[in-house]
Amino acid sequence: MARIIRRSKALSVSPLKASQPLGAALAMLGMNRAIPMLHGSQGCTAFAKVFLVRHFREPIPLQTTAMDQVSAVMGADENLVEGLATVCGKSRPDLIGVLTTGLSETEGADVERVIREFRQQHPEFADVAVVPVSTPDFSGSAETGFALAVTALIDHQVPESRQAGAAPGQVNILAGAALTPGDVECLKDMVEAFGLEPLMVPDLSGSLDGHLSEARLSALTTGGTPLSHLDRLGQSAATLVMGASMGSAAEHLEARTGVPNVRFDSLMGLEATDELMLTLSRLSGRPVPPRLQRERARLQDAMLDTHFMLGFSRVAIAADPDLLHGFSHLIREMGGEVVAAVAPTRAPVLERVAAEQVKIGDLEDLEALAGERGAQCLIANTHGVEPARRLGIPLLRAGFPQYDWLGGFQRTWIGYAGARQALFDLANLQLSNPSHDVAPYRSIYAHPEAQTWEEPQHDTTASSASDHAIWH
Amino acid sequence: MKAQDIKALLDEPACDHNTKEKSGCARPRPGAAAGGCAFDGAQIALLPVADVAHIVHGPIACAGNSWDNRGTRSSGPDLFRLGLTTDLTEQDVIMGRSEKRLLHSIRQAVESFNPPAVFVYNTCVPALIGDDVEAVCKVAEERWGVPVVFVDAAGFYGSKNLGNRIAGESMVKQVVGSREPEPPPESAQRPGITVHDINLIGEYNIAGEFWHVLPLLDELGLRVLCTLSGDARYHQVQTMHRAEANMMVCSKAMINVARKLQEGYGTPWFEGSFYGINDMSHALREFARLLGDPDLTRRTEDLIAREEARIRAELAPWRERLAGKRVLLYTGGVKSWSVVSALQDLGMEVVATGTRKSTEEDKARIRELMGEDARMIEDGNPKALLGIFEETRADVLIAGGRNMYTALKARIPFLDINQERESAYAGYQGMLELARQLALTLESPIWPHVRQPAPWDSTGMPLDTHTHQEAR
Repeated sequence: MARIIRRSKALSVSPLKASQPLGAALAMLGMNRAIPMLHGSQGCTAFAKVFLVRHFREPIPLQTTAMDQVSAVMGADENLVEGLATVCGKSRPDLIGVLTTGLSETEGADVERVIREFRQQHPEFADVAVVPVSTPDFSGSAETGFALAVTALIDHQVPESRQAGAAPGQVNILAGAALTPGDVECLKDMVEAFGLEPLMVPDLSGSLDGHLSEARLSALTTGGTPLSHLDRLGQSAATLVMGASMGSAAEHLEARTGVPNVRFDSLMGLEATDELMLTLSRLSGRPVPPRLQRERARLQDAMLDTHFMLGFSRVAIAADPDLLHGFSHLIREMGGEVVAAVAPTRAPVLERVAAEQVKIGDLEDLEALAGERGAQCLIANTHGVEPARRLGIPLLRAGFPQYDWLGGFQRTWIGYAGARQALFDLANLQLSNPSHDVAPYRSIYAHPEAQTWEEPQHDTTASSASDHAIWH
Repeated sequence: MKAQDIKALLDEPACDHNTKEKSGCARPRPGAAAGGCAFDGAQIALLPVADVAHIVHGPIACAGNSWDNRGTRSSGPDLFRLGLTTDLTEQDVIMGRSEKRLLHSIRQAVESFNPPAVFVYNTCVPALIGDDVEAVCKVAEERWGVPVVFVDAAGFYGSKNLGNRIAGESMVKQVVGSREPEPPPESAQRPGITVHDINLIGEYNIAGEFWHVLPLLDELGLRVLCTLSGDARYHQVQTMHRAEANMMVCSKAMINVARKLQEGYGTPWFEGSFYGINDMSHALREFARLLGDPDLTRRTEDLIAREEARIRAELAPWRERLAGKRVLLYTGGVKSWSVVSALQDLGMEVVATGTRKSTEEDKARIRELMGEDARMIEDGNPKALLGIFEETRADVLIAGGRNMYTALKARIPFLDINQERESAYAGYQGMLELARQLALTLESPIWPHVRQPAPWDSTGMPLDTHTHQEAR
């Protein structure tokens, strides 16, 4: 059990944390024809939008209630009603996620009441679902915000029912914040390979997978979970809960529908994927498909090939709790050691991280720990580039945000194939890292000629031109 | 090369195999041969001379399939890492233009890289069509004023071992003795320490491992005029005749060089190894003995006592982890015993060792180390190796890179001991790396994952009814 070291300093330096509303917005972006709206000042939305746009390299639908000085003091109910009406009038979405911020929470906004007022004032928009989520910036992180948004979707949109198992081939999947669009796609494929129909909540692989759609311009998401799917969750045979952070959402769903849930802390590596295979096989009554068995055998082979580089490797990881948990177990499965683990916020899953201790902190903490404990490789988001450079060790980019890396947003980490590629990449980083090579030594008796080495001039143009004359 | 020249090279009076009925090296058997050709052997022996332009005269297979493929490292120039070849075409062969192409290739190399020398390697096709490569080299040398050394080791001349000898012969005949060494630099002079000049023959600085040894030689006042050929420079090879003592490192491959330097210049030599604590100390003592300097002998003993105490203390925790583990060692020549002693230093038990390229003397040493009934493996084809591994209940296979995947596919822990490896095992310090790599593979948690069958039966259905995460 990992020991949790609490935050111990006043100043956060090089923060690892992204805010709750940003995570909640991301979850809402996994719903079809949806738009999240942050109830706060314009900046709350602008920063989150730039963050997500740069990470996904996609236009991101995100609105704001644009609270100003007057509304901040006198109340911003009007802003919310007006904002909802404007978005409904302009784009007619299926869903608006209203996400509170530090500002509106501090002000004490009663979002539920204001939404009721909006309903009374604007019956013409009754068909637009509005789901409020309480996501103050000053607690949690993107991961908890994501989970809160999914919980709110369940509370507001899933009808109470007692028909669990009425659709035996149907499985609910609560896909947590650690899963990329690539992971979600992979998860769907694996479930479908057992003949089951996955109902994803949310489904980033439909909206933020970086696809080019027919419509040139859209103010809403152009893919993701249709709202109608939420009506059907109650008939499923089971709910698979992907990520410990989704535990509370799973409880809410089970309480409303009676659909039993199966929980996975993370899906990285052989053991975790085996567990998923067994669960899917039992749920479907079908054997593990040959293709997935083949992928398992490939992962085993990759484990053999990479154990030379990853065994005893010393890895530092900074990530939100679920992702940190997943990577730590992947590293441990290979005989490596997570010598520095940093998460931005507390979560119960941190105790199950495969490391001696987990520090609640920032990238400064990570850099200090990684340096102190001789880490050979860093796993972190884009902000890990500079710490890695200063430490002189390579970086594997994972998590949010990845501004400087194309394709990172859709990278598949889970399943046999995802783990295999992750192992290859980690092993390649070790190979490319010259720090553990023997340092060149020159004899004290060395002839000076051997020491004054200059890069030769690669003057190939002249000779190849004359070659040309000779040969033709 | 003339048949009688090849025959002369195969007759190596300093080699124990010579006394057996089959004179010189055995012929490879068609259909059951492993290992490289004479060109391979020649190139491997000389390529680490770092500042030379190594031109392979032949069609693309010879250089194209082999360049920049070794773990040898340089502390300065890296011209040797460029693959240079005449890349002969069909037209060159048919129209007899290959000599002309070679001449212009040499010029291009001289003009582009300004090397202190050019080595030209012959290959099968030019040898067969009768290119007068030697004449081309002479013309080029005269015209451009740079030494052009002809290494006549076409593949079909014989085995890799023969190629090693041809390479050594080329150096002794064409390069050694063409320059006098500079006096040792003033800055390196230490009062009371007489500087002795030495050579190391057959030391390739794999993974930079010689840099574990060189500082100790410096400390003792042993100036390395040349290592043939790890991290060597052309001018160093030129001065090899002035050494007071030579060491044949861990290989019979260039035994002819040691013998000819003794015949030509009276330099005494010994055969030794830098692998393992005992052999490392033995090598240092042998230098002191050959040089006959009582002060050196005293300082050598002091250094050995200090270094052995230091490394044994550092190895203690590793010994605890490795003690009693059973090793199947399959490698050739001197390594068949020198590595045995290194492994015994670690408290490990060597259950069998390969003796494919070992001499009678090597075998006597093995018996000395492993007892009279030591198991020796002559034919280490993959199937036989795996059989012996099981039979001897070994824990780890130590062999050359080409056996790595034999071991891994059979789910057996493995350590690479040959030239392609990436770890530095020489010297006292190298023992730590050897111990670490052994523990890394032996203790890897992947073995149960790759050995145990998947948790489902042959049809893909889950094996046990017990569920780890039963749906609630």
